[in-house]
Amino acid sequence: MKSKLFTLILVLTFLITFVIFFKGLKSSNIYTPNTILEKKIPSFELKSFENNSIIITEKIFKDNEYYFVNIWASWCIPCKEEHKFLMELKKNGKIKLIGFNYKDNFKNASSFLKDLGNPYDIVVSDKDGTRSIEWGAYGVPESFLVYQSKIIKRFIGPINNENLSEIQKIIK
Amino acid sequence: MASLIGSYSLGFGLFFSVFIIFFSVRNLRDTEILDKKIVSFTFSQFFFVVISFLGLIISFINSDFSNETVFNHSHTTKPLFYKISGTWGNHEGSLLLWLLVLTLFISIFLISSNKQPKRYRIFTLLFQQIIIIGFFIFLIKTSSPFNYIFPTPNEGLGLNPILQDPALAIHPPVLYLGYVGSSIIFSSALAAMVTSYVTKEWAKHIKKWVLASWVFLTLGILLGSIWAYYELGWGGFWFWDPVENVSLMPWFALTTLLHCILVLEKKKTLTSWAMILSIATFALSMSGTFLVRSGILNSVHTFANDPERGLFILIFLFTLIFLSIFIFIFFHSEKEKIENNFFWLSKETSILINNWFMMYFLSVVLIGTIYPIFLEVITTNKISVGPPFYNKLILPFLIPFLLAMAIGPNLNWIKSDLKDKFYMILFLIISFLLSALIIKQFNISFLINTILVSSAFFLFFSTVREFFVKKFKNLSQNIAHFGFSLLILSILFNSMFSNEVITNLKIGETFKTEKFTINFENIDQEDERNFKAIIGKFNVQYMNGSSDILNPELRIYNQPNIITSEADIKTNLLTDKFMTMNYVQNQEYFNVRYQVKPFMIWIWISVILISFGGFLSFFKKRYEI
Repeated sequence: MKSKLFTLILVLTFLITFVIFFKGLKSSNIYTPNTILEKKIPSFELKSFENNSIIITEKIFKDNEYYFVNIWASWCIPCKEEHKFLMELKKNGKIKLIGFNYKDNFKNASSFLKDLGNPYDIVVSDKDGTRSIEWGAYGVPESFLVYQSKIIKRFIGPINNENLSEIQKIIK
Repeated sequence: MASLIGSYSLGFGLFFSVFIIFFSVRNLRDTEILDKKIVSFTFSQFFFVVISFLGLIISFINSDFSNETVFNHSHTTKPLFYKISGTWGNHEGSLLLWLLVLTLFISIFLISSNKQPKRYRIFTLLFQQIIIIGFFIFLIKTSSPFNYIFPTPNEGLGLNPILQDPALAIHPPVLYLGYVGSSIIFSSALAAMVTSYVTKEWAKHIKKWVLASWVFLTLGILLGSIWAYYELGWGGFWFWDPVENVSLMPWFALTTLLHCILVLEKKKTLTSWAMILSIATFALSMSGTFLVRSGILNSVHTFANDPERGLFILIFLFTLIFLSIFIFIFFHSEKEKIENNFFWLSKETSILINNWFMMYFLSVVLIGTIYPIFLEVITTNKISVGPPFYNKLILPFLIPFLLAMAIGPNLNWIKSDLKDKFYMILFLIISFLLSALIIKQFNISFLINTILVSSAFFLFFSTVREFFVKKFKNLSQNIAHFGFSLLILSILFNSMFSNEVITNLKIGETFKTEKFTINFENIDQEDERNFKAIIGKFNVQYMNGSSDILNPELRIYNQPNIITSEADIKTNLLTDKFMTMNYVQNQEYFNVRYQVKPFMIWIWISVILISFGGFLSFFKKRYEI
């Protein structure tokens, strides 16, 4: 009798532990950036890449215009891959590209742009990466399509041909 | 190419499990001797895992970036040593290493156990195969180290620079030897229960495995701790980080098991303890793997997190736990009567008391580690459990623990008396006076610290006396216990008398305190193969006229682009002087941290002594009084 009760309690304890761990797995407690779409873009105040002048959100983003915010860095290999698509996107002319230079140094970043071409209308430098996190970035590269001061679409990782045509469809 | 061979070898290896199980089950019924085929199949399985592991190492050496694991964790500019150690510096490779050690150990077990009963050996093999198959499937299905990427990238992403450290390169293999060794103990305990072989002979036979796992686990934890101290630059050696805790929990269980086995070997008692602990040690090692690899915990240990992996280990872990509960309840019967067996003053009673304390320490660490998960799931509150929790709950109970540890080895088995134990009281008084004298010099709370230090001194003196009284008899135990007293003393003095200064300094500036001045003289730059180093030169002058030059470093790694700070540590027998310098964004000054840490080196030495004790015991025929 006593041993049956003991068994029961033992098995129950482990079952409960299992369920808790199982649930814990699903609500992973790693820091997850905010991913809600259609939210207002976070405001920021950053130094311009070229001349260190301060650039604030309100100055860049105008309503009724599309913006493509791209987080990149010269040390990031996938960024090189996606670069040609950014150049392609720039040709479209209906969209403004804003580059967030993420945790980078000026020399490497400017030679990156010199070698591969500069698709950006504005480049701001996000030296410590905090502004990018406020945008909800997981890492580099990552891009946001902005319209009327709202993020309407985000792209985690390098954009590809498909993404490009999708963007072009939206802004048409 | 190497990856391809490695990948196929894995499949072959798994295939052999089928043969092994088939022939083992058949062999259970007929003949009295173990079928030779089983041994050769086990060896073949090990062979294929070795090939697979070599395949991965060769891919790493050749920087074959068509292999996803190599691409993610290596880089052409890395020194050869770190290319090789990169093999197990990641989730996939380290699991392959697990599997390698699993198959290696079961092969060794089969050779070394030929004097044991056949049924017991086969059952051990069968249980071990369950674990091996679990790991094969886990590896192949959720974390294959041989994924192919096309087109082949030109360059890899690089190994995290904080992992590029000699101590850390060998830390995982050593730790895994300990973890996986416990799997043999687990399988063997289950097999012993199924075949009713929980006897003195079994204890004698499994003791070697317990000792070996224990030595490796101890050294593995030590290496991790040394790495944290030298590389992370926080100036501490233990942070109660969840991942550290999950290595400490099996250690508690294994240490307790070691002592139980010693009793069991002497007389057939504490069998339930031994069984439960054998199961618990491995279950805790596995839970550690689960907690670390599933991303359910936040920690400094950066493994890629993937819930699917977590789910697999979770189900696997609980399958093993329920299997063991089933076997324990239906096959294990405690035959002896405990009441008659224990006299209050005897060696086994003191071992039993300390086992209970060990279980208490284990529970504290267990609760501190998993309670936050429970709380978050049930109430969605997030809490973090830190050092104060552990210090408050563990430190006071160290006192009786240390006392029992000092007295126990001086008692006899079965029955003892207090004759000729006068010296103990003397030691106690000396210890107390000595500690009181030391503690009084410093401005810290008197009572608790004095009692703590004096109980550690008490153990220290008792073990020192035993060196003289018992000479070489029981040397291994004595060294281990002496090492433990030294460890506790060093940790206590280290935490009580550490000094720390944190300040911002520009080049040429000086920082003054009552005891010393820090002068930031200049900085140098050096280009290394895979990083650029900025080396600061600091001159620390003490009031007594002596001075130290310290050169902490900032390393800017190229792949991946990460800045790490290398502490400069001046070590001597009495104190460590520890300095780190940190880069502050867009500022001319550096953040400088200077610490004086007494007895640091003794922490390492004492842990080495402890494991050396275990190592010596390996060569001993029989446990003596």
